[in-house]
Amino acid sequence: MTVETKMALTEQDVRSFSANMNEADWMAEFRTDALAKVEQLPMPTPDKTKIDKWNFVDFPAHAVESTTFATLAELPAEAKEIVGDDQKNIYVQHNNTPAFISLSDELKAQGVILTDIFTATREHADLMKKYFMTDGVKVDEHKLTALHAALLNGGVFVYVPKNVVVEEPLQVLFLHDDAQASLFNHVIVVADANSSVTYVENYLSTVDEAAGQANIIAEVFTEDNAKVIYGAVDVLAKGFTTYVNRRGITGPNSRIEWALGLMNDSDTISENITHLVGNGSSSDMKSVVVGRGSQKQNFTSEIVHWGLDTDGFILKHGVMKEAASSIFNGIGRIAKGATRSNAVQESRILMLSEKARGDANPILLIDEDDVTAGHAASVGRVDPLQLFYLMSRGISQQEAERLVIHGFLAPVVSKLPIEGVKKQLTEVIERKVR
Amino acid sequence: MATLEIKDLHVEIEGKEILKGVNLTINTGEIHAIMGPNGTGKSTLASAIMGHPKYEVTSGTVTLDGEDVLEMEVDERAQAGLFLAMQYPSEITGVTNADFMRSAINARREEGDEISLMKFIRELDSKMEVLEMDQDMATRYLNEGFSGGEKKRNEILQLMMLKPKFAVLDEIDSGLDIDALKVVSKGINEMRGEGFGCLIITHYQRLLNYITPDFVHVMMQGRVVKSGGAELAKQLEESGYDWIKEELGIEDETVGQEA
Repeated sequence: MTVETKMALTEQDVRSFSANMNEADWMAEFRTDALAKVEQLPMPTPDKTKIDKWNFVDFPAHAVESTTFATLAELPAEAKEIVGDDQKNIYVQHNNTPAFISLSDELKAQGVILTDIFTATREHADLMKKYFMTDGVKVDEHKLTALHAALLNGGVFVYVPKNVVVEEPLQVLFLHDDAQASLFNHVIVVADANSSVTYVENYLSTVDEAAGQANIIAEVFTEDNAKVIYGAVDVLAKGFTTYVNRRGITGPNSRIEWALGLMNDSDTISENITHLVGNGSSSDMKSVVVGRGSQKQNFTSEIVHWGLDTDGFILKHGVMKEAASSIFNGIGRIAKGATRSNAVQESRILMLSEKARGDANPILLIDEDDVTAGHAASVGRVDPLQLFYLMSRGISQQEAERLVIHGFLAPVVSKLPIEGVKKQLTEVIERKVR
Repeated sequence: MATLEIKDLHVEIEGKEILKGVNLTINTGEIHAIMGPNGTGKSTLASAIMGHPKYEVTSGTVTLDGEDVLEMEVDERAQAGLFLAMQYPSEITGVTNADFMRSAINARREEGDEISLMKFIRELDSKMEVLEMDQDMATRYLNEGFSGGEKKRNEILQLMMLKPKFAVLDEIDSGLDIDALKVVSKGINEMRGEGFGCLIITHYQRLLNYITPDFVHVMMQGRVVKSGGAELAKQLEESGYDWIKEELGIEDETVGQEA
């Protein structure tokens, strides 16, 4: 079992891409160092999913040129529905092209940063060097992280200074409408001490087929007493091989809340890990998944307790239809010394057809005595008694199933912080389960 | 007037025969009560009429104005005018009570003729007031975390909102304290009228103190063994079931025993 990782791109290609994007020099070095590591690093090993036949490396083009938008009104209709007219703080990336950005004067005055990742390497080099692939996701974790670092071709940098509370959500739209495009996006969200922010990102494919790679990494940092709400709805087209890694690192008494709608039509490896480093910090990790067709997906949700009195809650609900299969790994890990920590998780999978497969895999790894932990997991079909109940009121079987499915996914959907995004997720679910 | 007619109904669950030839005719405008000790097939009758997936009708007929009910899907039975207030209503996460009821009402109406939100809310509010239910019950998830009494009230709320021709109330009184029992009875009595027929299944007479039945039937061993008027319920309250068993020569009234 070997993985072909013959890189199509050379060091020279990477350097010239970096120069094209007008990045800081240190970034070019960072990329070439990473590229040198790709070859020798092993592939990641998602629990219970064999990925040796998955193709994570071939793609038609490293970056494609797409149009920019002078105003949000120029966005395609599907994108407009998500964004809403009065969204003041938003970044739009069109395939690989930074296409639109807007940040209110008020937030700018407070020192809030919202910018594309290339610009960040120049204008916010210190912050980038501190947070970009250092304490969060490391370049040499495995082949795909190194590949990501070398080929990074998009993404966004968000920084909220000390004591700043951003009331309105910041929105980021990754619009994908070029089948040749690959997405090596990197997102960094930093909430400095006593600050708070809600960040919502959408991955939206408006083409049915993709030929590229989606290798996405997001890193979220909350310093002392800060709070980040991170919402995401991923709707990437079939044909991508998707690796998406969202990671959080918490400082003392800080909190990260995740609400993820994982609605890709591609084969997907999704990894969402929060390290509760600071004492008294907490994380709430909610995700919903719908699989269809012959999609294969693996979702790992993990909270690692390092600090004292840390609190972690994982909730994951998924619906599998047709011949889709998915693995749900839920991991609560309490390190030695993380006394009085609490690790709770719940994973539920609903299967809508005979051929659908789901595997909920709850894991608690506890290396400390004075802690509390709990898990619940279930894999099942729609309860015939629930259907009987709903149908006995005159509701058709199809509508009854629809109600049960939406209800099943509601605990996460209702958590998404932007109304338009919530509505979009509901509609995507509607479309996918029909 | 509409008529629900049950003829020689035989029903099995997991291969075991529970109903052994039930005959019963209910017209709109009438309230029938089926009484009997536990394990005599009362709830099976209720579930079989509505089409519960676990119960298999092996012979006999159920018709509504001559239409074969047993041929209908569960939702079609409801559309035809049947309603079952369940003993153990399902809990459905993520679906609010109000959304569910609106879906149920709209399922009965043509597309484009959905009930207006205002009208729906007005009606829901007024029925909830009759049943002395907290307003927040409308926005809570369907039956989730409801107490036993709240679930029963919620069944009657649905009955009042959906206005079926025939309702089967399966032990709607079980687990209710006297105040709740009065409230639930008030709701049912409000439905009473020419267009509404009702089959109340209970093993306590006390519910019938608040809802006077027109007919009372006693079930034993999977059959209706005795029928009468409201006075039969009184008689049962005073003397229990033993005299009936004696009269009919029944030793064990539960299903599976033969006279």
